[in-house]
Amino acid sequence: MPTVTLKVNGKKHSVDVDPRTLLVQLLREHLRLTGTHVGCDTSQCGACVVHVNGRAVKSCTMFALSAEGADVLTIEGLANGSALHPMQEAFRENHGLQCGFCTPGMIMSAVDMVKRKGNDLDEETIRHELEGNLCRCTGYHNIVKSIAAGAKAMKSGAKTGKAA
Amino acid sequence: MHSFTYHRPANIKAAQALLAKAKDAKVLAGGQTLIPSLKLRLTSYDNIVDLKAIKGLDKIEVKGKNLLIGALATHSAVATSATVKKAIPALANLASMIGDPAVRNLGTIGGSIANNDPAADYPGALLALDATVITSKRKIPADKFFKGLFETALGKGEIVLQVSFPIPRKAGYAKFPNPASRFALVGVFVADNGKGARAAVTGAGEQGAFRSKELEAALKKGFKPESLAGVKVSASGLNSDIHAAADYRAHLIGVMAKRAIEAAA
Amino acid sequence: MTSTGTGIGAAVRRKEDQRFITGEGHYTDDINREGQTYAYFLRSPHPHATIRKIDKAKAEKMPGVVAVLTGAELAADKIGNLICGWAITSKDGSPMNMGPHPALAQGKVRHVGDQVAVVIAETLNQAKDAAAEIRVDYGVLPAVADPAKARDPKSPQIHDNAPRNTIYEWSLGDAQATEAAFKNAKHVTKLKLVNNRLIPNAIEPRAAIGDYDAGTDSSTLWVTSQNPHVHRLVMAAFMGLAPENKFRVIAPDVGGAFGSKIFIYAEESVCLWAAKRLKRPVRWTGDRSESFQTDAHGRDHVTSAELALDAAGKILGLRVHTIANLGAYMSTFSSSVPTYLYATLLSGQYDIPAIYCEVDAVYTNTVPVDAYRGAGRPEACFVIERLMEISARELHMDPAELRRKNFIRKFPHQTPVIMAYDIGDYDAALRKALEIADVKGFGHRKQEASRRGKLLGLGYSTYIEACGIAPSAAVGSLGAGVGLWESAEVRVNPTGSVEILTGSHSHGQGHETTFAQLVSERLGIPIEQVSIVHGDTDKVQFGMGTYGSRSGPVGMTAIVKALDKIEAKAKKIAGHLLEAAPGDIEFKNGKFTVAGTDKSLAFGEVALAAYVGHKFPTHEIEPGLKEGSFYDPTNFTFPSGCHICEVEIDPETGKTKIARWTAVDDFGVLINPMIVEGQVHGGIAQGIGQALLEHCIYDEHAQLVTGSYMDYTMPRADDLPSFKIGITVTKCPSNPLGVKGCGEAGAIAAPVALINAVTDAIGSEDIAMPATAQTVWQAIQKTHRHRRAAE
Repeated sequence: MPTVTLKVNGKKHSVDVDPRTLLVQLLREHLRLTGTHVGCDTSQCGACVVHVNGRAVKSCTMFALSAEGADVLTIEGLANGSALHPMQEAFRENHGLQCGFCTPGMIMSAVDMVKRKGNDLDEETIRHELEGNLCRCTGYHNIVKSIAAGAKAMKSGAKTGKAA
Repeated sequence: MHSFTYHRPANIKAAQALLAKAKDAKVLAGGQTLIPSLKLRLTSYDNIVDLKAIKGLDKIEVKGKNLLIGALATHSAVATSATVKKAIPALANLASMIGDPAVRNLGTIGGSIANNDPAADYPGALLALDATVITSKRKIPADKFFKGLFETALGKGEIVLQVSFPIPRKAGYAKFPNPASRFALVGVFVADNGKGARAAVTGAGEQGAFRSKELEAALKKGFKPESLAGVKVSASGLNSDIHAAADYRAHLIGVMAKRAIEAAA
Repeated sequence: MTSTGTGIGAAVRRKEDQRFITGEGHYTDDINREGQTYAYFLRSPHPHATIRKIDKAKAEKMPGVVAVLTGAELAADKIGNLICGWAITSKDGSPMNMGPHPALAQGKVRHVGDQVAVVIAETLNQAKDAAAEIRVDYGVLPAVADPAKARDPKSPQIHDNAPRNTIYEWSLGDAQATEAAFKNAKHVTKLKLVNNRLIPNAIEPRAAIGDYDAGTDSSTLWVTSQNPHVHRLVMAAFMGLAPENKFRVIAPDVGGAFGSKIFIYAEESVCLWAAKRLKRPVRWTGDRSESFQTDAHGRDHVTSAELALDAAGKILGLRVHTIANLGAYMSTFSSSVPTYLYATLLSGQYDIPAIYCEVDAVYTNTVPVDAYRGAGRPEACFVIERLMEISARELHMDPAELRRKNFIRKFPHQTPVIMAYDIGDYDAALRKALEIADVKGFGHRKQEASRRGKLLGLGYSTYIEACGIAPSAAVGSLGAGVGLWESAEVRVNPTGSVEILTGSHSHGQGHETTFAQLVSERLGIPIEQVSIVHGDTDKVQFGMGTYGSRSGPVGMTAIVKALDKIEAKAKKIAGHLLEAAPGDIEFKNGKFTVAGTDKSLAFGEVALAAYVGHKFPTHEIEPGLKEGSFYDPTNFTFPSGCHICEVEIDPETGKTKIARWTAVDDFGVLINPMIVEGQVHGGIAQGIGQALLEHCIYDEHAQLVTGSYMDYTMPRADDLPSFKIGITVTKCPSNPLGVKGCGEAGAIAAPVALINAVTDAIGSEDIAMPATAQTVWQAIQKTHRHRRAAE
């Protein structure tokens, strides 16, 4: 079996994988980082969003072998030790989650959104940028609120996670 | 997914050699269509040739009167490129509407056109802009590149390297998305290249993206929304599915064409 | 209403969130067992076929394959069928026709996705590879998917014991009185509608892990369930998969459910059975494609209805006929949804003297249909609220005014369709909604939109629902096979911390927070000292689970009852410690005080004393502090409210944008307003989904056309607006907390408000759900053609 070497949440791993292994399977099944979820098979729900080399991607639509040499950040690596990332804090403060299943993908997409679109996000922008993340519980109302608040909080310089 | 052997060539030459030699091989670019199809076992290959490690294939530059976009340029790279925004802003706008932010971070222009999904955004743009596809073997004008549903002029082992877009005077794109997939239910790309207008439609044709005779004829009156007043687009040859009947698609082509011209820059 | 701190009424931030926002939740698929195997189901590509032969020889020899099992092995092991637990009797007195539903097909498949065989292998890829090598010889039969055609004598018969595919022909209400009402009517409003079929789509796909311990002959099942005890009961008592006393069901974190995870499905049954057979853990997690093909779907009614009114707009009678599609098999509670959860709510918020409703339930070659958020009540609300809106338009009356004219104002109110509404103030909610929605300014906004070439429309929904699904005697008399009480146990630890064991199950509702708020307030202890334990049959003695918005009114009341007992016993102990009669002990703010003195003990001190047992006569008062309660309410609860939707339509494309959404709800007392609002948001989103976007479509050959997110439109963030929420309160009289339940209201109220708004905007009543851009555009074209013809 071929080997993939990559960094996940700041830690280096070398894993032998069947070439069919998706990045999300590498994370969940080989590294037992089960915070990244799978909710669909057509790359639409976004429950599997992680950052690869600083950009949000759907880890269910990337082969693990394609992540050779990559720097991967998952929900488990977002907090700085016991200090939550401001976006995580904003989701809790604004009741941006109910069942919690889409939440890791939502938060990873939200952090990426702020990186691309800045800290002052209006409602229309947030809703548009969430095109790739489905939530069935919240009606998105409080997710939108959470992201707007989290984006502002990220400006005030709270530390981000272990990888870029 | 069926099992396969994974290859990661470091350069085009190695990729070509692999494709020439390997049985039942498929090129992997961004994978945003290929991987879901493999997962759902809709398709299978013995060999997957991942182009990710090949350097320089994602370059975006203007050379003379043409905008050149490398095959591995992601949709997000095209959408945010200052070069594209300056040369053909409509193309950057189009790229910003493909899929969603995470999909745009992996999906590429080369992968999109090689796949030629009838509801993809790029094929219409290539047709309307009179682009040329530069492959590992030759140069193919857009009008000859797209050959119907998921079919292109690409031969066995031929890899898309670059797309060359003549920079138009003005161009615009308007898309009415499929409510479920967010692919184009109807997308219309219009371009004024100084010699006349070209207008191409994606999402609606039974045989994939096509240039609209009706729209191009109407635009002979000038590249302005008023030229399209009363234009009737025929429903014949258009798709009917659960999301839109052919007559609705035909109607939307007219509406989107008008909006594309209004948005043209 | 709102209080500070962590007690009842406070918007306490959720205790459960820490694990979800850090990726440390444990959903079923996150759990791994030593030596586990992977199950993959081979499913029928045909909607209706006999199985002549299954050749699995090649598959069994594939690498990594542990077993290939079919209906034959299931039958040989005498595993019982999946059942429907609610008996409905037809109007001629005959019982419903329940066809056999084996967990793996036996001789016949009846819908696309029906499970034919299971491959169990060392890896999932190996299981899938092997499944591709199973050869099934099908005898393809004609199929029917359309409920309106199912009873056609020319349609194929799906179950031998159900002629004309009819499960039951049921009725409710007084046919003669209703007939008389229509004779006296000055105006009759008629409506034909299809309540579109939906696919629940919890984002976490269903999953299960079966495990068997040969040493103790005991089984464990981890499963995505809303009601683990019901799973255990059905699987033990009816399917014979394991004896109840040696069978543990764990429903860990569950990623959304909306009804779809109430039911006992084939896949978890097979995992449990196979684990015992193979003595290896067997796991299965559905792909999204499998969710589309196997999760019980929702709605799917074909209805005609008529409303009789007098000249002044007073309702005289309502007559409804519905064909309800229950799919290819009867799912766990499917029979109750289009009957007792539907026709009993047709009276809406109105004083209607006579109602008669007939429901014919049919089999089709489609996925089973069962309860989905709202379950029967959205369908009822849609019928009555469409009729009200159309009546108002036909009578040239203001729709709000027509509603006011017919509101029930005296409580309790006995409707002609079983329900006795206990309390409500429908005027208050309507008044508040009109204000928040700025209905006064609508005319101005409509003109302004018209100048931009857009069509504005306004739609109302003054809804009622019956929830807090219970009481046992009532549901029993209507055919339920189980009682619908709830249980709770309060365990006070020696250190004064408390564990609440509840039969309710949280899959997004936030029980770990709201239940703890209740206990924290009652016992005067910090919320951090309260833990909520749920979802494990080995820990919680019994429970009926969470659905029908019952965790607040039923589940929490059981906790209150157990807390009453805790307080009583603690007072006895405190009395001994303080040398006072228990009757003189007051308990307030976490302190036991001898009335009129400053002698007191903290809750924690009494807890410790209860366990050390040094200072009271343990032959009179047992040591320890642990109490339980089974609570069965006396009535359903009746949340109600008013939703107002304002839409803006682009006539060029037909696309509808929701400009404003106002929801004013009366849920009685709110435990945590933040969580309640979240429930309302989610419900509205699913209701908007039904009305605007979602549609499960089968073609004429009964093939599922909308089998993935490429074709089934899920509501996305940019399809929805932010919601304006208002609250009115009438305290529920049937439970001590005064709560009513809030989980389904949005899904019940929303669809009809939206359709009422769209039809208002385009001036045509002829709109089917979902009101997609194409549907609306076509309706506009038709209206214009009619207008042109009229001119």
